Amino acid sequence: MTTRREFLVLACGAATMTAATTAKAQLDPNLAVLRRAAYQEALRKVVGDAEVRRGRVKLQLPPLIDNGNAVPLSVAVESPMTDADHVKAIHIFTEKNPLPNVVSVYLGSRAGRARMATRIRLADSGTVTAIAQLSDGSFWSDSAEVVVTLSACLEEGLI
Amino acid sequence: MARAVITMPAQAKRGEIIEIKTLAAHAMETGFRRTQTGELIPRDIIRRFTCAYNGVEVFRVDLHPAVAANPLIAFTTVATESGTLAFQWTGDNGYSVAETASIRVE
Repeated sequence: MTTRREFLVLACGAATMTAATTAKAQLDPNLAVLRRAAYQEALRKVVGDAEVRRGRVKLQLPPLIDNGNAVPLSVAVESPMTDADHVKAIHIFTEKNPLPNVVSVYLGSRAGRARMATRIRLADSGTVTAIAQLSDGSFWSDSAEVVVTLSACLEEGLI
Repeated sequence: MARAVITMPAQAKRGEIIEIKTLAAHAMETGFRRTQTGELIPRDIIRRFTCAYNGVEVFRVDLHPAVAANPLIAFTTVATESGTLAFQWTGDNGYSVAETASIRVE
């Protein structure tokens, strides 16, 4: 004969187990790893085997973001922007979004200044990286750490 | 209904760097959201933005789902000669919007 107390303990245990299994079915436990791999792959597609150096690029994002649906982002690269020496492209990546690519900008000496601004979506707190490709083939980067309180794409499972 | 707004100076000195701000009205559906019944809402975004100065492309952007709704794109260009700047947005489901703005360079 099961006492009332034993029954309750068992019932609670069963309920917790069911909940855990359901959560597992919905969320890929390797989500963080998969997104990290996708991020590395996206970076490799742009950079190849070239070395990415830090500096010259200035990525500006608010450190604390209330709403991940529209995050103001601006990026500027130190460059004379002449025909001989200019920025060819700027790529923005983020690690925690379902897709690592955010935006890719292609410009040239006629831009005058290597800078642009836009608004992006962020799913979770993490690192945002900007990589600039110069006309001499070198790559420069800058990263920004951000904290997101309200995420974009809430429906997708977050870690 | 204006589907895109462009802010830029109407005149500039030769060689001056001008700032151009563009804003397109678009929901930028990511393709990762679900309806209440759990079906994925298909992706519908602007894929590309280009700016041509008197027919020569000076600036191009590839957009991904991580760009916010109503994408704002601000950039600069050198005012080289009088003429028109043509802006073009293209995207999923045949989305295509073209705008032009003229500039007088002295």
